[in-house]
Amino acid sequence: MNSTKKKLLGTPYFIWSAIFIVVPLCMVFYYGLTDKSGAFTMENILSIATPEHSKALWLALLLSLISTVICLLLAYPLAMILCKMNVNQHSFIVLIFILPMWMNFLLRTLAWQTLLEKTGVINSILTFLHLPTLNIINTPYAIVLGMVYNFLPFMVLPIYNALSKIDVNVINAARDLGANELQVFLKVTLPLTVPGIISGITMVFIPALTTFVISNLLGGSKILLIGNVVEQEFTQASNWHLGSGLSIVLMLFIILNMVISAVFDKDGEGSVL
Amino acid sequence: MNKILIDLQHISKSFDGQMVLDDLNLYIRENEFLTLLGPSGCGKTTTLRILGGFETPDQGKVIFDGADITKMPPNKRQLNTVFQKYALFTHMTIAENIAFGLKIKNKPKTYIDDKIKYALKLVNLEGYENRMPDSLSGGQQQRIAIARAIVNEPKVLLLDEPLGALDLKLRQDMQYELIRLKNELGITFIYVTHDQEEALTMSDTIVVMNQGYIQQIGSPEKIYNEPENAFVADFIGDSNIIGGTMIEDKLVEIFGTKFPCVDTGFGHNKPVDVVIRPEDVILSSPVNGKLKGIVTHLIFKGVHYEMEVTANGYEWLVHSTGMFPVGTEVGIDVDPYNIQIMNKPASEDEEAAKIDE
Repeated sequence: MNSTKKKLLGTPYFIWSAIFIVVPLCMVFYYGLTDKSGAFTMENILSIATPEHSKALWLALLLSLISTVICLLLAYPLAMILCKMNVNQHSFIVLIFILPMWMNFLLRTLAWQTLLEKTGVINSILTFLHLPTLNIINTPYAIVLGMVYNFLPFMVLPIYNALSKIDVNVINAARDLGANELQVFLKVTLPLTVPGIISGITMVFIPALTTFVISNLLGGSKILLIGNVVEQEFTQASNWHLGSGLSIVLMLFIILNMVISAVFDKDGEGSVL
Repeated sequence: MNKILIDLQHISKSFDGQMVLDDLNLYIRENEFLTLLGPSGCGKTTTLRILGGFETPDQGKVIFDGADITKMPPNKRQLNTVFQKYALFTHMTIAENIAFGLKIKNKPKTYIDDKIKYALKLVNLEGYENRMPDSLSGGQQQRIAIARAIVNEPKVLLLDEPLGALDLKLRQDMQYELIRLKNELGITFIYVTHDQEEALTMSDTIVVMNQGYIQQIGSPEKIYNEPENAFVADFIGDSNIIGGTMIEDKLVEIFGTKFPCVDTGFGHNKPVDVVIRPEDVILSSPVNGKLKGIVTHLIFKGVHYEMEVTANGYEWLVHSTGMFPVGTEVGIDVDPYNIQIMNKPASEDEEAAKIDE
């Protein structure tokens, strides 16, 4: 196939990206860098420094960081177990993991809301068993729970991918050269899966950092994350300029994360994107 | 004779009910280059994995230097393996790869540095310390895999089809390299391959395996010149395997013609298999040969011509430096010492193995 033909086939995708990615991005930058009269201003971006906004940003960073760490700690052993299983068992476990992902993200989060409520399912069972009740709804704990639950598969898949790419003979070679199980893990398995881990961290950290649905539903709109602030500026305050300004700040953190990933994952090995 | 270093006793192993090794007995001497040779699925790799500690036999014992190591994990064994596809650590430099085993054993840094230099010199890759494995060619990676194994000074080096992924020329070079290495290091090499030429070139002893059984153990010359059964004859090089009758000692009848031979002890008028190597078939004018045939195929192979000659309904495979065009009537003769007599396969298993080939 010649290059003109290739370019021709690519046209719909270029148009698509232009309309739905490039144009909105330009609009965000336009609004973010102007005030209501249309004059250039840095005020929208700098307003991140106000106590209210910076608190929301730090809380979002903290909660998404905690969620990412928990996801990593849960996902790594799980991915290792998956890799060691034979095909039949393995597809069953994968199904269990993937099944919830077929359901709507909102529905799943709403379900957690119902489960965690003061008089919800979990507490009813706990009361019935005469156990102390669980009061985490509308607290940061519930938000972290929601983040971990929703984003865990995005951590498992790239790590599983990286693990399953390791030639079993490489592990055998390490054993053969005298390494015990722990040394094999620390010196061979873990370093070889770093690209997968980085990719997983990106795929959990970024959506967790920018979420507003989870914090809305499980945080009871008392706990504001930066995502909630941006959302409110657009939907309730109708201040697109401020919302865009804060989005640009958020984007900086995302780009920073991407750059770090790119440094670690030079070959794009762990990438599932 | 060197003393026996490894003794495999009554080893059996099956996977999912499929018997891979059945009561295998084999000993390996110190400083021996022993090759396990056979088609895929013959159990040669499983034998090597049992030696390396990556598989545990269902039954039997592995005795190493007088001690039972059957259940010992791989990291405690005094042997190292060179794997089929090199299995280098791609996240480490060449020097780090080679140092892996020594670092685990907490050797001092100067000792490790010396060893890296020594090993790279031994495999002719000096100055490659800081390269990454991915930047090396297949042959170079294989040398590094060997270097990584030998710096640990193992008593035995296990090699699992290490040259399988290399091209012909490189493979031949590496064969000489391996022989040189073995002589310089003075350790035992146990080599697994399905390539009979590789086995014949390098080994002191060849173990021909098929379907979990040892078919024959012997020196390359013995295996080639005196195969014990049709499987070995067929697997090691090309051969004409013809049904015949042993009239008496030193006389065999093929296609109604009597051929003098050198084998004895088969009895009188016994059906036997007769093996004649293609290069041992002598073609001449029809009047001089014991059998008459017509050349049906002719291919130039470089060193020799490969011909097929149909005589008495059998297609003889002939390698000869003399050329006879297709359609020529020729006479066939064989020198007595080039006729190898074998008993007919006793079991149906062996028969089946022969047909598989």
